Amino acid sequence: MAVRLRHRALARWRPGREIGEAIMISGLGAAFFYLFAFVAVGSAFMVIAARNPVHSVLYLILTFFNAAALFLLTGAEFLAMILLVVYVGAVAVLFLFVVMMLDVDFASMKRGALEYAPIGAVVGIILAAELLIVLAGAAFDVEKPAQTALPAPNPVVRHNTAALGDILYTDYIFFFQIAGIVLLVAMIGAIVLTLRPQRAGVKRQNMSQQVARTPETAIDVVDVETGKGI
Amino acid sequence: MFETYVVPGLIILLQTLVLLVSLLVFTAFILYADRKIWAAVQSRRGPNVVGPWGLLQSFADLLKFILKEPIIPSGANKGIFLLAPFVSAVLALAAWAVIPLDDGWAIASVNVGILYVFAISSLEVYGVIMAGWASNSKYPFLGALRSAAQMVSYEVSIGFVIVTVLLAVGSLNLGDIVLAQRDGLGTRLGLPNTFLDWHWLGLFPMFVIFFISALAETNRPPFDLVEAESELVAGHMIEYSSTPYMMFMLGEYIAILLMCALTVILFLGGWLPPFDFAPFTWVPGVFWFVLKLCFVFFLISMVKAFVPRYRYDQLMRLGWKVFLPISLFMVFATAAFLKLMGWA
Repeated sequence: MAVRLRHRALARWRPGREIGEAIMISGLGAAFFYLFAFVAVGSAFMVIAARNPVHSVLYLILTFFNAAALFLLTGAEFLAMILLVVYVGAVAVLFLFVVMMLDVDFASMKRGALEYAPIGAVVGIILAAELLIVLAGAAFDVEKPAQTALPAPNPVVRHNTAALGDILYTDYIFFFQIAGIVLLVAMIGAIVLTLRPQRAGVKRQNMSQQVARTPETAIDVVDVETGKGI
Repeated sequence: MFETYVVPGLIILLQTLVLLVSLLVFTAFILYADRKIWAAVQSRRGPNVVGPWGLLQSFADLLKFILKEPIIPSGANKGIFLLAPFVSAVLALAAWAVIPLDDGWAIASVNVGILYVFAISSLEVYGVIMAGWASNSKYPFLGALRSAAQMVSYEVSIGFVIVTVLLAVGSLNLGDIVLAQRDGLGTRLGLPNTFLDWHWLGLFPMFVIFFISALAETNRPPFDLVEAESELVAGHMIEYSSTPYMMFMLGEYIAILLMCALTVILFLGGWLPPFDFAPFTWVPGVFWFVLKLCFVFFLISMVKAFVPRYRYDQLMRLGWKVFLPISLFMVFATAAFLKLMGWA
């Protein structure tokens, strides 16, 4: 099943190709899967292992990249590109921006970190157990034809950007709107936090005033008598 | 095995090499053209020593850059310092994989081509930020901070402009976007297929916004605050010399050409001839594409020659308070118009 998933993916990525042709290059797909997966896991580890926080963020970006590549392999090309645009192109830029400005000393912060190891282990074990329950459960049983409840569109005829748009704006429109409202509230919160009352006596740039200036209003020609000054 | 893996792989490799070499040679002459146009506006001669009319100037520069010694400052973070120019050059080149130069002349005709180009061009800021931080010096760092804010701001309006074009086209594939411009405003008015069908007329405000945002996105004057020589000497590139510096210049110019190509594809009909009848249709499409590319680059070059540099607050105001509302409104207006007319 895993192999079949992957060549369906390749067929979606190159819509011109016949399905049969895509099956033949599925070995290559597997090789790429392992390459991206290993790099992703390795760089995710380096995010927490790197001593320099800027290096951590750069490793995080590498992880995002590989996650995007994995999305491409499963045929979710739209998600892959949005991951790049939103997370790598905007969110990670701001991360990097902040980390570069803050100049955090991770070495001193990590000194007492080992005391928290038992708590960390407990949280980790709980998370791992939950993941295991979900992944080994019925929801992720790929052999079970769970997809037949909502038939997947033929990827050669209808690519997944359009399919995603159809679902998002019909069946899940309210969830989509709620997500939008949550983001709007967050944005308003950020604006309110940075908005300061206008203090008196502060000179401000007024673009229209600056543009409207003419020689008549801006220049005062004064006939100065020699040795007197203005 | 041989038929399925090696032969297609070699063909793709060969196509990529041909595209890269021709792109780099083209960039060399574009650099020369930029300097000549700038010189002409200022009544200077520009480069005129190497080769006839100075045509080989860029190649002489290339040789000089490669033969000089690269200097790495002792306080720099060496790995990232050397990685930064490669990031900026490689990203700029990578985006060209999906650009169709003629009907079907793209190395990869991807379903989400326009998103791919958008993603790559939004990543180009990393070259600048990494260089600015790794140089461990004040001016480069200031340049990096400026560029981070600037590029993130203008991406927003570029994104909305792309959305309006996509509304009119209905596909994210760059080839489909060009083909959709075969019929347009002109043919709806009963005229034959001409350059009036292309999106530049139907979406004229977006064309202007895209052109200006493209200038800001590629750090071209009047938005070159990242490397403003009167304030930051050369911004993120101060500490760079020889080949790494050349990589930055190369990345910058190829990114500019990419934005020109995107303008041509989104608004100027890609490889389509200006008039769809006999003498014009005999000319191969790639010729029209390159001609339009040169025209857009000429516009960008002229802007550099006679527009003074923006102040930083003016730049931010233009991005967030002028372009963002206009482009957001145009997304709604275009969608509503297409729906009401039943064209979508």
